Amino acid sequence: MIELQDLCAGYGKRQILHGISLSIHSGELLSVIGPNGSGKSTLLKAIVGILPPEAGTVLLDSARANALSRTEVARKIAYLAQGKSTPDMTAEQMVLHGRFPHLHYPRRYSARDREIAAAAMEQTGISAFADRPMASLSGGMRQNAYIAMALAQDADYILLDEPTTYLDIAHQLELMKMLRRLADGGKGVAAVLHDLPLAFTFSDRVAVLADGGIAACDTPAALCESGVVKKIFGVELVGDGDAGYRYRYPLD
Amino acid sequence: MKHSPKSCSNNRKRIRALYLLGFVSLLAAALLGVALGGTPLPFSALWKVMREGLTASADGRILLYVRLPRTAAALLCGGALAVSGAVIQGVLANRLASPSIIGVNAGAGLAVTLCTALGIYGGWRMALAAFLGAFAAVTVVSLGARKWGASRGTVILLGVAMNSLLGAISDAMITFFPEVGTMSRDFKVGQFMAVTGQKLLPAAVLILLALAILLTLTNELDVLTLGEDSARGLGMNTSRMRTLFLLLAALLAGCAVSLAGLLSFVGLVVPHAVRRVAGSKSSHLLGLCALFGAAFICLCDTAARTLFAPYELPVGILMAFLGAPFFVFILIRGKGGHSRD
Repeated sequence: MIELQDLCAGYGKRQILHGISLSIHSGELLSVIGPNGSGKSTLLKAIVGILPPEAGTVLLDSARANALSRTEVARKIAYLAQGKSTPDMTAEQMVLHGRFPHLHYPRRYSARDREIAAAAMEQTGISAFADRPMASLSGGMRQNAYIAMALAQDADYILLDEPTTYLDIAHQLELMKMLRRLADGGKGVAAVLHDLPLAFTFSDRVAVLADGGIAACDTPAALCESGVVKKIFGVELVGDGDAGYRYRYPLD
Repeated sequence: MKHSPKSCSNNRKRIRALYLLGFVSLLAAALLGVALGGTPLPFSALWKVMREGLTASADGRILLYVRLPRTAAALLCGGALAVSGAVIQGVLANRLASPSIIGVNAGAGLAVTLCTALGIYGGWRMALAAFLGAFAAVTVVSLGARKWGASRGTVILLGVAMNSLLGAISDAMITFFPEVGTMSRDFKVGQFMAVTGQKLLPAAVLILLALAILLTLTNELDVLTLGEDSARGLGMNTSRMRTLFLLLAALLAGCAVSLAGLLSFVGLVVPHAVRRVAGSKSSHLLGLCALFGAAFICLCDTAARTLFAPYELPVGILMAFLGAPFFVFILIRGKGGHSRD
């Protein structure tokens, strides 16, 4: 379990997160939602150690994350960044870099590393494009290649910052189903999402961030009941049973 | 293009063919470099020298004291500058960057000028001073680029400013120490006429050491090109790794400058050409840059000293003739900084 205790983080003198306490359990899919600028990306960066916490603690399977090396953290947590470059390499070469934390100097890939990368590409549907340069792929395929790299990291926890960006709705659904399967398979998955129906339909729990704090964190049904979504976003979500959740727009 | 064993196999074959071509080019360039010059040493003469001993005849002494150090220096400098350029381009995420363009060579040049003014004409002290000068320059450019979030164009302009400033300091020094001036003219152009065994040994050791280390860090260089957050998410200490790469790139460029002066454009032309045929994977890029960079400079030096005989054209002039149009070509094609930000 990843556990945040009174976590504060920010950029220089500008504090973005104020006293966040939250947990991400193995085997659950947690969606992190919130208005723009509420600190969602900062939260993931602070968890993975890219942004050192100003105060508070991040516990990773009961160990203090800041006592672990970067490599040890990367073996436990795979992180998909929001702003990604388009590196000058093939999709396969990029996915293989997911194995980086598991390699030892001089970091040469083994047959097993290549098998894991191939499985990750299969899972994200990019096997047919493995030899293609990243720059020649569509935005969606590039995103899938990045997700495959995170999967190839083979970590217990996967944090994804806006993974549905650039994906059409069919691929968004595919991705959410895949994250669901990963969670059902025992991994702890946390994803920053802007599409509320997707987040509520597929997640076990949803954390709502507002102004750098946790406004609420509960099951989708409980959050719908609470009215916090309408308060933060100005829209309502309604459950349609097995069909998931949908917006109810205020037309007045 | 589909992912298939056939396409992978074709790629591997192409890379193998490029390595073979690189080794053959290097060997051919080395042989031509040794054989051609003011006093030609045909293979029959070389064979005779080998049998009779290097110091037994005039030909042997030319080979030992002139051709071998010069050819070795050209090979080492070519490989060093080409690899240094490829590394700097990777770390700064900027294909227009190269040791001569962003002021790395100028930093090393200032250090060498300072050494000369202080009466140090070669050896370990000069090689290390050149490295420190190169590292200081690349650090300033790199830190500036990161701190101010500079665009690719701004990084180049920062390098231009660095080149001008360091050049001005060197010129000022020459004004105060006129005895440095004669040496400095050759130095600014870049040539291998003044290479001696005393200069060659320390630079050669440091260049080979830096190349060996870099060839074991190619995976790290590739991961660094994924971008700051992604690389750190994969467990890399990006600040430490970036500094290490810049240190090694500066070591290569500094040692090359301490041997040959301010050779321009090698670190730009060769990585671009290699990238076009072999792709950007660092393990191939650095290895092939070392081979083709070495062969290219050695051939250029041989051409520069034989084409206009009895005059000897400093190789730096030939490099500028070749490199400047190539640089413009890259700018016009608009592919100079393609990738990543």
